Amino acid sequence: MRRQIGPVGRATRAAYGVLLAFPVALFSFAVATDIAYLRTAEMQWSNFSAWSITVGLVFGGVALVCALLALLAGLRSGRRAPRLLHAAALALMCLLGLINAFKHSQDAWSSVGAFGLILSILTAVAALVAALVAYSGAMNEEAA
Amino acid sequence: MRIGTLTCVAALLALGACGRSDPNLNQTGANPDLPGVRETLVPPMRIAKPVGWGDAVPTAPSGFTVTALATDLQIPRQMLVLPNGDILVAEGRGGGAPRLRPKDVIAGVIKKQGNTKVESGDRITLLRDADNDGRAEVRTVFVDGLDAPYGLAFVNGYLYVANQDALVRFPYQEGQTRITASPEEVTKLPAALNHHWTKAMTASADGQTLYVGIGSNSNVGERGMAVEEERAVIWAIDPTTGARRTVARGIRNPTALAIEPATSALWAVVNERDEIGPQLAPDYLTSVREGGFYGWPYSYWGKNLDPRVKPQKPELVATAITPDYALGSHVAALGLSFATQGGFGGTYAEGAFIGQHGSWNRQDLAGYKVVWTPFSAGRPSGPPVDFVTGFLTEEGRARGRPVGVTFDPAKRILLVADDLSNTVWRVAPQR
Repeated sequence: MRRQIGPVGRATRAAYGVLLAFPVALFSFAVATDIAYLRTAEMQWSNFSAWSITVGLVFGGVALVCALLALLAGLRSGRRAPRLLHAAALALMCLLGLINAFKHSQDAWSSVGAFGLILSILTAVAALVAALVAYSGAMNEEAA
Repeated sequence: MRIGTLTCVAALLALGACGRSDPNLNQTGANPDLPGVRETLVPPMRIAKPVGWGDAVPTAPSGFTVTALATDLQIPRQMLVLPNGDILVAEGRGGGAPRLRPKDVIAGVIKKQGNTKVESGDRITLLRDADNDGRAEVRTVFVDGLDAPYGLAFVNGYLYVANQDALVRFPYQEGQTRITASPEEVTKLPAALNHHWTKAMTASADGQTLYVGIGSNSNVGERGMAVEEERAVIWAIDPTTGARRTVARGIRNPTALAIEPATSALWAVVNERDEIGPQLAPDYLTSVREGGFYGWPYSYWGKNLDPRVKPQKPELVATAITPDYALGSHVAALGLSFATQGGFGGTYAEGAFIGQHGSWNRQDLAGYKVVWTPFSAGRPSGPPVDFVTGFLTEEGRARGRPVGVTFDPAKRILLVADDLSNTVWRVAPQR
């Protein structure tokens, strides 16, 4: 039997989708600005990366808290696997993003370097995985 | 301060590395031990929390006494003794480079914990202790309305003041206690951003040249090299025309300049770069060679490459001069004054007093004292020895932080500006 969700539930899901859009966009943007920095040694690109990663981390952190609460609240619901995958991807994204924020606080070339670019790519991939799981709707389906 | 512990824990989690110093390394003198570059995700930061002096005073060697010549100043930095014995104290705080990264915001908040909360004086105070009893019977605001004054010099009847943005001068009559004349601009000084804002200054022995130190606009070029034009340099300025030439380059932050009395050579204390380990790179004392390049940002202590700087300039690094004398990493040497006319005599007859403001970029606090470096025939001749200490409590809290030091041969006293407790200390032989 399928349960209908009300307007409040729909609005909550929409808001969560908007929240998730920030880390997806910001962490992906940081990959592009990291590459731009490594190609030009123009510090402004590295500064863009640093801000993108920091703000991505703020929104991503809020999303992670929401995901963990939803996981706890929905412990007995059927479709736990997508929720677990989503929360795990978000957690990985936040951990890598935090390390990457520190990496990008180093000076000049060390603010990016090979390690910074790898961290940026992995963080962006984790963000994309988390968002794809969420946007696919798999987390919201009830068990058959 | 628990921030240091927290950053260490974070760094440990992130990298498994925490900035521990090796006490067996000797980081002073002509051949300092240099460990490898050690970058951590979070730089080790430890700020000594200010506690004030209470009834305590700094400690000097036996046979000397320390008293406060002036208190409640507004961030005293460098000092100058006029021909009649009056003491001038430059007060203020400059800088204010824009924060470009999240790091600039966070590090700014942390470093502020270790500094005075007093507003910038932007003025020069005059102290007169004609009978040399350690009490200033006259204290006046000598010049007001300056812009973060730092370097001071007196040449040919003019007081020269190095503001953070310009070199200005005032005509001076002996005995004056207040200058009302407007400043005459001799030349502008590089002032964009002013990440390192202090403009140190000294006059050549013949009074024909003023030397001004202009610090870099970043730690190691992380604001881009475009803003480093005529930064990390020392200028020689004609005091009458304002014409200038650059006598040294790549000299990261020359915070105090002085003339060595035996040779009349220009010497500088220089603050080196941060965030490549608790024991890199050593701050140094060096004679300034005409046309010399001292490495920044490409290399430190001569030709040791800094991996953070890309693109490198190998042909320039090949010319980098190794400084004369290391003072220790992160000690933040801000004061330099040579003993003249026999100094205090004995072991303190020939050499330099060096004020060390103290570290933030290492867990084991370094500096926070005034050291004496003995000289012989115009060159350093031995390891530095502590001269004025007691700026730190046993718990590692800061009672004060020394900046400028000035030896007055006429009165045989050493003056030490303390910009945390806003005091000028007077060190004198016991009578």
